[in-house]
Amino acid sequence: MELNSNEPSGPLEERWTKHRDHGKLVNPSNRRNYTVIVVGSGLAGGAGAASLGEMGYNVKCFAFQDSPRRAHSIAAQGGINAAKNYPNDGDSVWRLFYDTLKGGDFRGRESNTWRLAEISNGIIDQCVAQGVPFAREYGGLLANRSFGGAQVSRTFYARGQTGQQLLIGAYQALERQIGAGTVEMHTRSEMLELIIVDGVARGIVTRNLVSGEIEAHVADCVVLATGGYGNVFYLSTNAKGSNCTAAWRAHRQGAAFANPCFTQIHPTCIPQAGEHQSKLTLMSESLRNDGRIWVPKKKEDVTKKPSEIPEEDRYYYLEERYPAFGNLVPRDVASRNAKYVCDDGLGVGPEVAGQRRGVYLDFADAIERLGQKEVEDRYGNLFEMYERITGENPYEVPMRIYPASHYTMGGLWVDYNLMTTIPGLFAAGEANFSDHGANRLGASALMQGLSDGYFVLPFTVGNYLGTVRELPKVELDHPEVKGAMERVTTRIDKLLNAPKPSKTADEFHRELGALIWDKCGMSRNEAGLKEALEKIPEIRERFWEQIKVPGTGEMFNQTLERAGRVADFMELAELLCIDALNREESCGAHFREEHRSEDGKEAKRDDENFQYVAAWEFSGDVSKPTLHKEPLVFERLKPSTRSYK
Amino acid sequence: MTERTMNITLHVWRQDNPGKPGKFERYEATDISEHSSFLEMLDLVNEGLIKDGKDPFSYDHDCREGVCGMCGMVINGIPHGPQAATTTCQLHMRKFKNGDELWLEPWRAAGFPVIKDLVVDRDAFDRIIQAGGYITSRTGSAPDANGIAIDKKTADAAFDAAACIGCGACVAACPNASAMLFVSAKITHLGLLPQGQPERKDRARKMVAQADAEGFGGCTNHRECEAACPKEIKFANIARLNRDFIGAMIKAPDDVPKPQPVR
Ligand SMILES: Cc1cc2nc3c(=O)[nH]c(=O)nc-3n(C[C@H](O)[C@H](O)[C@H](O)COP(=O)(O)OP(=O)(O)OC[C@H]3O[C@@H](n4cnc5c(N)ncnc54)[C@H](O)[C@@H]3O)c2cc1C
Ligand code: SF4
Repeated sequence: MELNSNEPSGPLEERWTKHRDHGKLVNPSNRRNYTVIVVGSGLAGGAGAASLGEMGYNVKCFAFQDSPRRAHSIAAQGGINAAKNYPNDGDSVWRLFYDTLKGGDFRGRESNTWRLAEISNGIIDQCVAQGVPFAREYGGLLANRSFGGAQVSRTFYARGQTGQQLLIGAYQALERQIGAGTVEMHTRSEMLELIIVDGVARGIVTRNLVSGEIEAHVADCVVLATGGYGNVFYLSTNAKGSNCTAAWRAHRQGAAFANPCFTQIHPTCIPQAGEHQSKLTLMSESLRNDGRIWVPKKKEDVTKKPSEIPEEDRYYYLEERYPAFGNLVPRDVASRNAKYVCDDGLGVGPEVAGQRRGVYLDFADAIERLGQKEVEDRYGNLFEMYERITGENPYEVPMRIYPASHYTMGGLWVDYNLMTTIPGLFAAGEANFSDHGANRLGASALMQGLSDGYFVLPFTVGNYLGTVRELPKVELDHPEVKGAMERVTTRIDKLLNAPKPSKTADEFHRELGALIWDKCGMSRNEAGLKEALEKIPEIRERFWEQIKVPGTGEMFNQTLERAGRVADFMELAELLCIDALNREESCGAHFREEHRSEDGKEAKRDDENFQYVAAWEFSGDVSKPTLHKEPLVFERLKPSTRSYK
Repeated sequence: MTERTMNITLHVWRQDNPGKPGKFERYEATDISEHSSFLEMLDLVNEGLIKDGKDPFSYDHDCREGVCGMCGMVINGIPHGPQAATTTCQLHMRKFKNGDELWLEPWRAAGFPVIKDLVVDRDAFDRIIQAGGYITSRTGSAPDANGIAIDKKTADAAFDAAACIGCGACVAACPNASAMLFVSAKITHLGLLPQGQPERKDRARKMVAQADAEGFGGCTNHRECEAACPKEIKFANIARLNRDFIGAMIKAPDDVPKPQPVR
């Protein structure tokens, strides 16, 4: 396998333009002769399918939900970045590029990151033209706010529902194309296999989730915009249905998977309340601007009411350990420290699986300083959400928070064109790995999804089709098509007919999730990772032996859907740990306990040995993937150390 | 944090497909923590059914944060259940008490055929949007985002309407199974914005024609939709829809749009 990033050369700021100037185009009247499959209707897939359809391609779009509008992008709260510099605080494409690359701890690809920053402004224009109701100032112009990791206000937002509004914009554009007949939409349809003919991606096999029918769809190229794999940990802020199946099936067919161990843990989520909790809810990070984080100093105080713990017995651990940034340290630092205090037995809230996992986020000082009214104006909707979920009133008792799996920087390896290592297979949005390095800054995922969908894919897909020109027609009875369909039916049969059916998919998923959250979550070490790598194959074996799925494949069967997704997480989890073990450094969200500064607080990156993208190739044996390295070259920025002390 | 637990009796609508008749089945949910969410309670009952080798009941859900619009069922006669402005997924068991008996049904409307149990087909909503629920704006052709100033009040009002999650509770609540609250939310969102003006009247006409074709009824001012809506979409939006619609019909009474074929 050869990893060629296909980046254009020359000055960074000219690369994207140059690439477009010299790329191949497809004649407008010829476009309808090409069929493009887009799997996913989130920001990346929805925007991509709508734009490609509008250009005249024959597009088929797929989503497992009942409507394209329900993709997980809908849940994003905080906002979307762009280098507009409307607030006149000195922002520029350069600064957005710099912040993104540095925030990613120099593990992203320079050309891609620059392009993302360059395209950002056009995204905002596009969205406003579609009617996305961004927040505005009294003068009627667009409002901005600041977000972690930046010194400028460059985040556009629509109350706490930015993802929803952006997705509805893309969804409406997509529906317009569906109405116009350029896009054929397949909802409640799940991709379960990739069809490759003569080494080139030519289609997908799906299961119609209503009838259970297994269908083959052939095309001239395939785009996967299927989101991230944060649910591998079972509990996460992702939607319940978010899964890795599409990407993982492609990986098994030859697409390299890059940097799987770069998983982001968000520090401010509502803690788990019990063993049967199904998901975790994110609370906007903005809360850390005014809330103070603490735990009791003494173990015997953890069950006391917070109001009964006097000031001198409270441990404001972030303020003490990081006096310069205090409660506003970056996501990974805040998360790890919460874990450490809870591991030390100082956590608060209910005991789940033998441990109290929660720290206080206290607004008492803020209420005293600003008044309840002002706090309500700033955070009212968040406080309300917190109360709805926990039944506690945060104006009276401190909130409890704990970190949760939130976003995955790793994903399918792609080149500058967003093409994977399988020709004709593209990956966009959270499903690919390229732009955020080892850590994503807040408000940058929405930007990347829309950049890929509205602006990158429409050009690079055309460039690909214009280059390959005419591909041989693939009939539905082609051996490769039949082979892919057979792989799907065999797997479904196996899921339905385990030898000793006794446990549910959720039980296995919880077991797997708890293991990797513990060994490969916020903080990782060699012994723990090795232990996980021994246990995962064992859980997987039990899964295939004991998985219990009632009903048949020929019906609406949500249990079967879930079991199939968990089966793929079982394999991805192993690659996650293999990658984490291989990366003997701490960078971004990946923290290896063996690699930290003398005082134990700071992560130690190793540029000499690990300044590369780890792209894993499936070898036929899940436990023995082959590592390929894409060296990262920084022509413009010299990697510097992240320090927040 | 103390924990109260409870036992709940469920009567769940079971139906294999739109062609077959359905009926209620009784299930017991035992030892449910007050901190668990309503859907977690259902998950638990289903886990038990799976282990017993029985067919678990189906219900839609995804984000479980009240924003994707996927979940929704009628709980004791109320779409999305007893808590105002709250989707089914955001309900928590502390709102219920030990011994409660709950009747769970799918949305019932000609425009939303049952797929299985509590799951319905809401494709009709997508087709209504296809008919005109958008602003035409070719990718890459947009002017600078700050080119047009929009006063904050108007932008906020547009946002309020844009908060509709397309769940369908309004239809389920309406005695006529009317989709007018849903349609009016889109009409208001786009019609308030300057970008939405060129297509405004056509939009109303096309969306209403599509809603009719899908088998949704007319609005006769029951206002049940507003009470059921988890996103507090205002009934007053329907008046705006009527204005746009009537305006369009007066201008060009014969220009009746052709709805998309209904599957
Ligand atoms: C709670 C939360 C808050 C967030 N807030 C922010 C924020 O404020 N700012 C920010 O920039 N980012 C935020 N993010 C991150 C951001 O929302 C996501 O990274 C981004 O929306 C992903 O978009 P996507 O298009 O790549 O994928 P998704 O939106 O996840 O879409 C995936 C699509 O693929 C389809 N799909 C998946 N698998 C299959 C399959 N096998 N077959 C068929 N279809 C399939 C799904 O149906 C869906 O349509 C947040 C994330 C979370 C969880
Ligand atoms: S108007 Fe309210 S009830 Fe109707 S679909 Fe929208 S959010 Fe749901």
